[in-house]
Amino acid sequence: MSPPPFSEFLEAHREEVYRVLAASVGPHDAQDCFQETFLAALRAYPTLRPDSNLRAWVLTIAHRKALDAHRKRTRSPLPIPDVTASPNGQTAPDETEPDAELWAAVRALPPGQRAAVIHRFVADLSYAQIGQVLDCSEEAARQRVHAGLTTLRKVYQG
Amino acid sequence: MSSIEARLHATNPSHGQRSADAAQQLAQAAEHHGLLDVAWTRLDSPLGTLLAAATPAGLCALWYEESRVEQFLDLLARRISPRILETPRRLDPVRRELDEYFAGRRQTFGVPLDWTLTNGGFAQRVLQITAQIPYGVVRTYREVAADAGNPRASRAAGNALGANPLPIVVPCHRVVRTGGGLGGYTTGVHKKAFLLDLESPHDQPKRAEAGRRLLDGEPIQSMTGRS
Repeated sequence: MSPPPFSEFLEAHREEVYRVLAASVGPHDAQDCFQETFLAALRAYPTLRPDSNLRAWVLTIAHRKALDAHRKRTRSPLPIPDVTASPNGQTAPDETEPDAELWAAVRALPPGQRAAVIHRFVADLSYAQIGQVLDCSEEAARQRVHAGLTTLRKVYQG
Repeated sequence: MSSIEARLHATNPSHGQRSADAAQQLAQAAEHHGLLDVAWTRLDSPLGTLLAAATPAGLCALWYEESRVEQFLDLLARRISPRILETPRRLDPVRRELDEYFAGRRQTFGVPLDWTLTNGGFAQRVLQITAQIPYGVVRTYREVAADAGNPRASRAAGNALGANPLPIVVPCHRVVRTGGGLGGYTTGVHKKAFLLDLESPHDQPKRAEAGRRLLDGEPIQSMTGRS
């Protein structure tokens, strides 16, 4: 038993992966992370166990690529060109991000909370599934989402 | 529900088009990294949509679509590799040659073939012999079986041709029954009739083409074997 044809796998998951990445690293870097995610998936694909949960698997890869992108950014000596953080930034992509300010605040959360909030509200995963993707317990996933929301509420006061 | 949760739910936009574009770019990157084992695409033809797939070695499958895309991809995944991506550009040479063929401007195909999907032994010999039958010429199942090494195996030859993974390019439509019946054809014998008619020299533009080639000093294929 081999996994399903990669083109079917890609077609089934591309939109969700792109949506999660856009939320996680911003619309600007989502494209690169998307390529890296699916190239890594393609590389490992033939050796995948047939009973694998493909959705959790590809979201896990995407999560790691998003973490890499965030690390690269914080290591960069240049000022972060994240214009979405400024409501008046001239390239703030309103069309692709209706509430850019909120999502900039999500991206500013600590990594664990950020990923948990995004997988809860962008991918609609259960806490158990979030735990699977982020490699933590269901309870830890619940706490991270809760902590993330608390921080966001402080920023916005409701 | 608190307003933050509602906003998180409501304001993450869908990325249908962006992710579709990104998926297409992925095919190029995959090929660049040597990770594309099977490229596939859809091709238009007068006989309906065709599904074509190629490995780095050559064209390995050509199917009349007929709502069988899932079956097509599953076969490729099982028999060749699950690393399959839709890459229209990789199959441009096949598209071009088929367009020319259907326009009556091409009689032989030059694209390399990958025979992986043929069953070995007698079946493969039958298909390879069939691949040599010239444009506009027909042979019988019995003749093809004999050339493949067993004159009494015309039924087996028919089965091998019925399982031809590369119809049109490996011209199984040029093999007919002794006595003139068309025999069978994948997804409908009317397609076989159409192809034989396309290749028939009674066709006006084709006769002009044949005449021109005669003037150029090229030999014209004999029609022996038809009937």
